Amino acid sequence: MATHAPAEPGPTDAPAPQRIEPPVTETSQPFWDATREKRFLMQWCVACDKPIWFPREICPRCMGSTLEWRPSAGFGVVYTLTVEHKPQNPAIGGGAPYVVALIDLDEGARMMSNVFGCPPEHVYVGMPVRVAWDPLSDGRNLPVFEPRPEDLANGAPS
Amino acid sequence: MASLRGTAAIVGVSDAASPTGELDLHGRALEAAMIQEALEDAGLTLADVDGICHTTSSMGLAEYLGVHPVFTDSTNTGGSSFEVHAEHAAAAINAGLCDVVVSVYASTPRSDRKRGVRWTRPTMPGPNPMLEWELPYGLRLPMGPYAMAASRHMADFGTTSEQLAQIAVRTRDWAALNPRARYRDPITIDDVLASPMQTSPLHLLDCCLVTDGAGAFVMTSAARAKHLRRPPIYVLGAGTCHDHSMISEMPDLTTTPGVISGANAFRMAGIKPDDVDVLMGYDSFTITALLHLEDLGFCAKGEGGPFVMDGKTGPGGSLPMNTNGGGLSYTHPGMYGMFLLVEAVRQLRGEAGRRQVPDAEIAVAHGSGMVLSCMSTIVLGTEATR
Repeated sequence: MATHAPAEPGPTDAPAPQRIEPPVTETSQPFWDATREKRFLMQWCVACDKPIWFPREICPRCMGSTLEWRPSAGFGVVYTLTVEHKPQNPAIGGGAPYVVALIDLDEGARMMSNVFGCPPEHVYVGMPVRVAWDPLSDGRNLPVFEPRPEDLANGAPS
Repeated sequence: MASLRGTAAIVGVSDAASPTGELDLHGRALEAAMIQEALEDAGLTLADVDGICHTTSSMGLAEYLGVHPVFTDSTNTGGSSFEVHAEHAAAAINAGLCDVVVSVYASTPRSDRKRGVRWTRPTMPGPNPMLEWELPYGLRLPMGPYAMAASRHMADFGTTSEQLAQIAVRTRDWAALNPRARYRDPITIDDVLASPMQTSPLHLLDCCLVTDGAGAFVMTSAARAKHLRRPPIYVLGAGTCHDHSMISEMPDLTTTPGVISGANAFRMAGIKPDDVDVLMGYDSFTITALLHLEDLGFCAKGEGGPFVMDGKTGPGGSLPMNTNGGGLSYTHPGMYGMFLLVEAVRQLRGEAGRRQVPDAEIAVAHGSGMVLSCMSTIVLGTEATR
């Protein structure tokens, strides 16, 4: 099924022995460099004036190759989620259940991430979230998400 | 527009599975055994074969068998690969490229553990977007993406865990009628809900098995099929569509590209959902089967939960689904699509024993590959439907 996943023990879903840290490519270098300063950049197609996620070499709408990096506000809502009860990555949540979600960013792109900062059962479809940063071993930061403060203040619905 | 309708037929099938979940043979030897059995079923020999389909290497397999095929297909779309092979084979036969095509699958993840075989998943050359943008977040594969689809379906349409569980319950009822099924004891909705949560909202019994399994089919032209050992089972319609590879790129997690593949296949066949006697809809997870029911038009989008709740997909129901016991209870060696075709053919030939659907004339094998990524739909029918 997952024939293009990277080499991992399978198909028994044995936990990865260490945290998977994202590789950096020539194309994504500006994105990862900005995460060192906890700045969230998003790639845009100049011709379409629309964001592109995941970063790539051409626009998936018009094949345009004039792309640029613009700052993202880092706000979005949870499109969907799952709580992993058998952690695949022991470095996430210390082995406890954790949330993996798809986040719809306000700019109009969707990305996979984690939602931290509240109990997993408090995360729901449609929950407003904002970007937060999880340190990686080389000084980069992984973009993750957390509830927006106003949502926490109101008490997160379950 | 040119149509494949009725131009090619499946004339031989085989499959292997065991209640222990393990098979004695593995690798090429198991593939060869399946091919031999399917050719015997058809009344053909290896000398008749001039087309080879395989999900990893049609070249390697042909070399092992000593075949020099003039049609070759190593398409791998995950679990739907064999429906795609059937579509390609029918097109190639119709175009006169070849005459007799074999597709085969063998996978033994369960007994491989005892043999100490270490499974490695092939990596993409060059930049790997999945490694960069998904895997750091610890999503469990393959079930995590399906759980995400289920979560969104529940939020949008009020679908419940009980409704998903009912699919597993009724599939198990079919497995009880299949002596080779891995699990045959009846289960209840409460059993499903009480089984350990894997990746919410999917419980263990919402998930397919991990078993050894193998199978093959042989396809030839309608003209040649008439003179072979078994009644020809015609390809009436075929359609394929994929709209993403990674789950984060799926446009709408509650609607699969089966909407496209199904509509195209049904149009080619000239059928409506009401005409389908047996639905073999890839059940990697309960949510997968539910999405097929909606996307193939058996019920409206969002109504899959209430639709299955009366038990209509089980034995004696109005929409027999996954009559071999499915990936949930019969067998699931990784890419299950072969078993959809094999069971559809057996039902249409009237060879399904205690699980036989009376007077089955039209069956649909609907494969789902990767993470709801590639759907491929094959409509099969008896002589009466051609």
